[in-house]
Amino acid sequence: MPNTRPLSPHLGVYRWRVNMLQSTLHRLTGLFLCLGALLVAWALIAATNEGAWSVFASFWTGWIGEILLFLWLWSLWYHLCNGIQHLVRDAGRGYGPANRDRAHDPSYWSTGWMILAVSVALTVLVWVLLALRIAGGGA
Amino acid sequence: MSSYPGQEGLRTPLKVARGWGSSKTGVHHWWVQRVTAIALVPLSIWFLFVLGGMLHAADYAAVVAMVAQPVQAILLIVFTVCMFWHGALGLQVIIEDYVHTRWLEVTLAIALRFGAFLGALASVMAVLALWLNGAG
Repeated sequence: MPNTRPLSPHLGVYRWRVNMLQSTLHRLTGLFLCLGALLVAWALIAATNEGAWSVFASFWTGWIGEILLFLWLWSLWYHLCNGIQHLVRDAGRGYGPANRDRAHDPSYWSTGWMILAVSVALTVLVWVLLALRIAGGGA
Repeated sequence: MSSYPGQEGLRTPLKVARGWGSSKTGVHHWWVQRVTAIALVPLSIWFLFVLGGMLHAADYAAVVAMVAQPVQAILLIVFTVCMFWHGALGLQVIIEDYVHTRWLEVTLAIALRFGAFLGALASVMAVLALWLNGAG
């Protein structure tokens, strides 16, 4: 029996909406966070040996390390916030053809922009909190 | 013929089942991805502060002390296992979406399983080593 199920039309037929950016960023940040998983394993393994730890810590507290950690921090917050939206919509809340109608439920689309803004805000907040704690000497 | 869910008239079970997609392990993949995601929400936020504290600890003894406690060590084990599991499930979907050469797709999927397992195992062993040596 030939497969008669409909195929997706080409991406170009859709009007641009924020969920396209959300979806792409979710995948890209997920990919980047997988590299971060290797960093977590590396950190824990390095911590078992004093010499290895000092090499690890000196790189990740250097400026290249700090920039990378900042990017990882944002990736985590973005993936986490957007993931919560995924979980909420997986549960069926606020999801369906009616919600996608901008006039009926404007929050369906504005949530995407809120997630982007909140992820940036939380990144800065945690960075500042950690910096304050380190400056305060309380590691 | 006895009736079965979804039966309409004289349609056979095969006729009803066709066209609804494959019946492999997709549901399990979907559920484990969600369950690990839920676990990772609090654990990853907590870990940010653990890693920050470790990187800026006063000395090496303070780094070990951050891991070598029962609660910290157990949470770190749960975190790393969930993290590698969730990451492997996500990467598997990326491989399935973009790799259209069947042998390469399968090879990458198997390599991914091996890599995720090794990463999780190495992390767990490192935490156990820190915990048990630090406490002893």
